Amino acid sequence: MKEIFVLAEHRRGQIRDITFEMLTKGLELAKEINTTLTTVLLGKDMKEQAEKLSQYSNKVLVIDDAKLENFNSEAYQRLLSHLITERKPILLMLGHTSYGIDLAPSLATSLNIPLATDCIDLKLENEKLTITRQMYGGKVNANGILRKAESYIVTIRQAAFQAKKGLSMNGEISQLPSILKEEMIEKRFIEFVLPPPGGVDITAADVLVGIGRGIKDENEIPSVEELAKTLGGVLACSRPIVDKGWLPNTRQVGSSGKTVKPKLYIALGISGAFQHVLGMKNSDLIIAVNKDPNAPIFGVADFGIVEDLFKIVPSLKSKIIELKAQK
Amino acid sequence: MNIIVCVKHVPETAEAEIKINPEGTAIEKTGLVFDINEWDDYALEEAVQIKEKFGGSVTAITVGPEDADSTLRKCLARGADNAIRLTDPKFNGSDSYAIAKILHKAIKDLPFDIVLTGALAGDDGYTAVGPILAEHLEVPHATMIKKIELSGDTARVNRELEGGLEEVVEIKLPAVLSIQTGINEPRYVSIMGIRKAMQKETKILGLADLGLSENEVGEAGSWITIEKVYVPPVEKQAEFLKGSAEDIATKIAELLKARGLV
Repeated sequence: MKEIFVLAEHRRGQIRDITFEMLTKGLELAKEINTTLTTVLLGKDMKEQAEKLSQYSNKVLVIDDAKLENFNSEAYQRLLSHLITERKPILLMLGHTSYGIDLAPSLATSLNIPLATDCIDLKLENEKLTITRQMYGGKVNANGILRKAESYIVTIRQAAFQAKKGLSMNGEISQLPSILKEEMIEKRFIEFVLPPPGGVDITAADVLVGIGRGIKDENEIPSVEELAKTLGGVLACSRPIVDKGWLPNTRQVGSSGKTVKPKLYIALGISGAFQHVLGMKNSDLIIAVNKDPNAPIFGVADFGIVEDLFKIVPSLKSKIIELKAQK
Repeated sequence: MNIIVCVKHVPETAEAEIKINPEGTAIEKTGLVFDINEWDDYALEEAVQIKEKFGGSVTAITVGPEDADSTLRKCLARGADNAIRLTDPKFNGSDSYAIAKILHKAIKDLPFDIVLTGALAGDDGYTAVGPILAEHLEVPHATMIKKIELSGDTARVNRELEGGLEEVVEIKLPAVLSIQTGINEPRYVSIMGIRKAMQKETKILGLADLGLSENEVGEAGSWITIEKVYVPPVEKQAEFLKGSAEDIATKIAELLKARGLV
């Protein structure tokens, strides 16, 4: 049986969590179909990282090249095309991340290999690949089958699989020569832009009131912020609020924002797309208010209220004030 | 600058209650409001802003049935100069791969410096059309874009990474750029603008016009066939608090008090 490839994702020297999540699932699949798991590691000075990854896979293929210091989909595509054509893995797994999204679709197209993106589950049987992915912002799951092929490519959603820690497989590490001769011409990495410093640190707050699409007007924000203040907390939000420019991105909770773990998280008008949930699901207590009874947020909340948030906010605020006055 | 912007007409589901059809193969579309895909809305605005700064033209293009004309009209009202709708019953069941092939056939002979797409569509969320299209057009691409600066034949773009981080990438034009939400502030469409747009014509092209064969599109030409859709099983379900707003507020307040949070 042909091997399974996992593309290691790393940034600024750090292997990203998604890599270990994919390796955990990859190992499970490899055992099921009686094959081996190979990690592909592209980068510069990757000795330490290769060592670590070898504990989670049967093999690590390393291409070390100064031109790979930072991610570049053009460089990655050339190297992976070469590797896939040569070794014909049954499956290549990449993260459904800013890197995987930039790389997988064009790689799959150039090699004429079927691709399924943003998968939350997958199954290989008789060289057929079936996948589960979500649609409509996480409100619907879809099971699909890929066109039968020699190889498949998938991108895997972050946190879809729980990474097993502490394996010691002592996989074999092989250094491969880089076929990149010159600098990339189409695409060039320039620099990272760090989020602006300062402002409120939502990761340090015990109480967060998160607002989302249910807020229709910037003028509605102060009344909700008052509720946050009454509770001794601060205001946080999901992506649409930042997109509209109503709150700075330092307040954004989720995969493209911050990960928070407050004692209390009140989600107001947040549907609970996985990108947001990823950033707040480990809060101690989650209370969600949403008009849609099937909103995915109710799958992570401890308590749910199916109601217009503006009916709940004023009553709750006065109740809390009342309660505080009794002390 | 000649800019082509690919848009999709999708149901708004973020705040709507979704029902699955009895066959379990798709969602019930009746009763849902359709509009331009949110990411494409930002892509269109970016296209119009580039045109306003550098001159040139904006062509909006979509794959979809007649209903999708309302999304094209919105694009025209907001500043697009031309609109093209690619349509054929055979296109049904197309995934991102087949859609990108259809778009490619329509775009390859048009003059363009930049093709913009939304980073993803809010319905199927494949996040793949842009780079697939780029590969077919044999031009470079970049995705998840939060900023574009043009100079000469290069674009300097900011890509959104995880955790609030961005990267700046320089890319050669012509290129396909996939736009992330929040890159700009999509403008308001005036009634006048919509009226004017009604007078502009939409070009309609089908399977044969595009030189496509049946097996290149629809399920036959796709990477994925969706077999079943269903409401995601919940591992845990919130305990629902019911009653009047007053009752609910009292319950929450008690809950917070019991946990020492107030």
